[in-house]
Amino acid sequence: MPERVIITGTGIISSIGMNYEENLNSLRKGITGIGKNSHLETIYSDEIPVAEVKSGNRELRALAKVPQKSLFSRTSLLALIAAGEAVERSGIRNEDGLRTGLISASTVGGMDRTEIFFKKFRTEKSQGRIREVISHDVGDHTEAIASAFGIREFVTTISTACSSSANSILLGARLIENGILDRVIAGGSDALTLFTLNGFNSLMILDKRGCMPFDDDRNGLTLGEGAAYLVLESETAVTKTGKKGLCVLTGYGNACDAFHQTASSPEGDGAYMSMDKALGKAGMHPDRIDYINAHGTGTKNNDLSEGKAVERLFKDSLPPLSSTKSYTGHTLGAAGAIEAVFSVMAIEHGCIWPGIRFISKMKELSFEPVTSLTTGTEVRNVMSNSFGFGGNNTSLIFSKC
Amino acid sequence: MEAYINGISAISPQNTFSGGLLPIEPVGYSGIRSLKCIEPKYSDFIDPMVSRRMSRIIRMGVCAALKCLSEAGIRNPGAIITGTGLGCVEDTGKFLNSVYENEEKLLNPTPFIQSTHNTVAASIALLLKCNNYNSTYGHRAFSLESALIDGLMLLNEGSAENVLVGALDEMTPELFSITDRLGFWKRQAIDNLTLGNSGGRGTIAGEGAAFFMLAGSRTETSYAKICSIRMLYRPSGIDETKSWIREVTGNGNPGLVILGINGDEKTDTVYEQLIEEAFAGIPALYYKHLCGEYDTSAAFALAMAAGILREKRIPEIMKTGRFPDVVPSRILVYNHLRNTDHSAILVESC
Repeated sequence: MPERVIITGTGIISSIGMNYEENLNSLRKGITGIGKNSHLETIYSDEIPVAEVKSGNRELRALAKVPQKSLFSRTSLLALIAAGEAVERSGIRNEDGLRTGLISASTVGGMDRTEIFFKKFRTEKSQGRIREVISHDVGDHTEAIASAFGIREFVTTISTACSSSANSILLGARLIENGILDRVIAGGSDALTLFTLNGFNSLMILDKRGCMPFDDDRNGLTLGEGAAYLVLESETAVTKTGKKGLCVLTGYGNACDAFHQTASSPEGDGAYMSMDKALGKAGMHPDRIDYINAHGTGTKNNDLSEGKAVERLFKDSLPPLSSTKSYTGHTLGAAGAIEAVFSVMAIEHGCIWPGIRFISKMKELSFEPVTSLTTGTEVRNVMSNSFGFGGNNTSLIFSKC
Repeated sequence: MEAYINGISAISPQNTFSGGLLPIEPVGYSGIRSLKCIEPKYSDFIDPMVSRRMSRIIRMGVCAALKCLSEAGIRNPGAIITGTGLGCVEDTGKFLNSVYENEEKLLNPTPFIQSTHNTVAASIALLLKCNNYNSTYGHRAFSLESALIDGLMLLNEGSAENVLVGALDEMTPELFSITDRLGFWKRQAIDNLTLGNSGGRGTIAGEGAAFFMLAGSRTETSYAKICSIRMLYRPSGIDETKSWIREVTGNGNPGLVILGINGDEKTDTVYEQLIEEAFAGIPALYYKHLCGEYDTSAAFALAMAAGILREKRIPEIMKTGRFPDVVPSRILVYNHLRNTDHSAILVESC
């Protein structure tokens, strides 16, 4: 029997809070982080809302405990803050001889810094401050965390578009089950950038009113930023340290839609397969899932194909479903981890997070997202979906210990 | 955990794709600072209607993947995993330029769509209609290594019968001028085949796309067996690197090592110290004069190791110093990128 994978700590920073408590509070109160930008400079400020982390880089550097003169990318700062919180909350220590790995994820890494450099560089190749560009690659922020926490034997970064950090959690679990590591810090980080804002805008999938996941009138996603990390430990390691686990990662599934580079198949075949694989891994019938934290970007295409796949798989036992992107926007490489933390919170606190910004039920679907907060209920199993460009789909299942 | 390599395809600055895998007749380039891949005739592998929309790295990756699959006789792999240090650089630069050029207005989304690191793994899946496990790593000189470890775990778990693992990085004029300003490359143009004794700081830039078909069992097309893959981030010093290497090789030394020597006198000292101690008496090969330096260059070295084990001969051009007449059965590929990301891959004949 492979080791059970226990979650012992979580850390998060997003547009709805700078830490675990603030995020939890916003979820309880139904407060969205979507609004007008104040840090990203774009011509679309008055036109396209975003879900920004409220602090500027100066405050983030202070929170991340790095020198004000340092040139960490915003992605690295978010990552350092959230990973720091996860490590602190789990109480893990580097000196106890356990094999520890770090898996982070990002789609654009230090692009925020690259943009500062590139603006000057593109017109004159000798221009632009060259140190701005050393954090460009997606692996840079991971090495920033690895250096901060002294992790050396397994350090890597996943970049599978919007499912990146769901895959880092999946990989972390497998490294523990395969006996390669005893514990893993897994998650992801992405800052808002001109590159991604204009990228999604060029695809005409940014809703100018802010995203409305699973609404009949939805018209696109809202870009967000943030970072989240989970500490995964083998049951043996947890027993050894006498720690109390928050929940167990019981299932995961990765499948490729293989339909189109950006669009999902109409019936959500890839989504169906990743959810089905996750249930198979957990050895669970669909009726045991108490809540689905959907990918639910708010684009016409995603919500329809994800909804169809959920209907097909869950049939008559459809659990409450919502997309917390209505709070945080779509945080790309961080989304899978942010939503994994929300899933863990649902189990920890016995809550089901309502979808907000919802008005009317989709005509094509038999269900609508849950829209009121449920508290004091036993949430045993939560499924979290993350689907990306290229059809990279991943589903995770978190269960009560 | 181990895996058989049952197919290899590599596009590189050598004739590895269309000629034999091993550089028995190496391709020399004089007066260069950067090596470019010898690109195949893509229309032999990809429908021109499809490849028309692909950037260079996507074409190279997809083409290498398809040839690798066909060599191993696999139509639908159990998983597709890629590793790339910098991803789709050309499209990223193209889209970023357009954001400023057009002041954020009326942008062509195609380069944005194709800029994500997972574009190549996704394109392969799309062409094959492969719904199986699909992932992409983007971590400097751990990108290939992470993809291989993932692949070996899938085989070990029984989650896949075979796994297509690829590693790729492209060089563009823009990336070259940025990395040149960062001081990565030698100031003087050199002849690539003399890289090993070029002296001074910096190395030569390179690129490549290599794919490996991994499986749990040996077949007629098997090259070699991967026995171990290890990574070490930022070792505290040479002593830690040495003891880590000893841990990787376990009982018994490899018969041969392939080292990531790149002609940068500062970072090559790590290899020199190991040659004197941990690798003392073990014949050493090097490879970066053939493919240049890039994040996933260890994939070129892995292809060489597998080729040497299968063909039982060692390309003269890869040898360092005096060399005994050996046909090794165990090869260690050891590489480090700027003394930060260290990786070791142990391969055995099968």
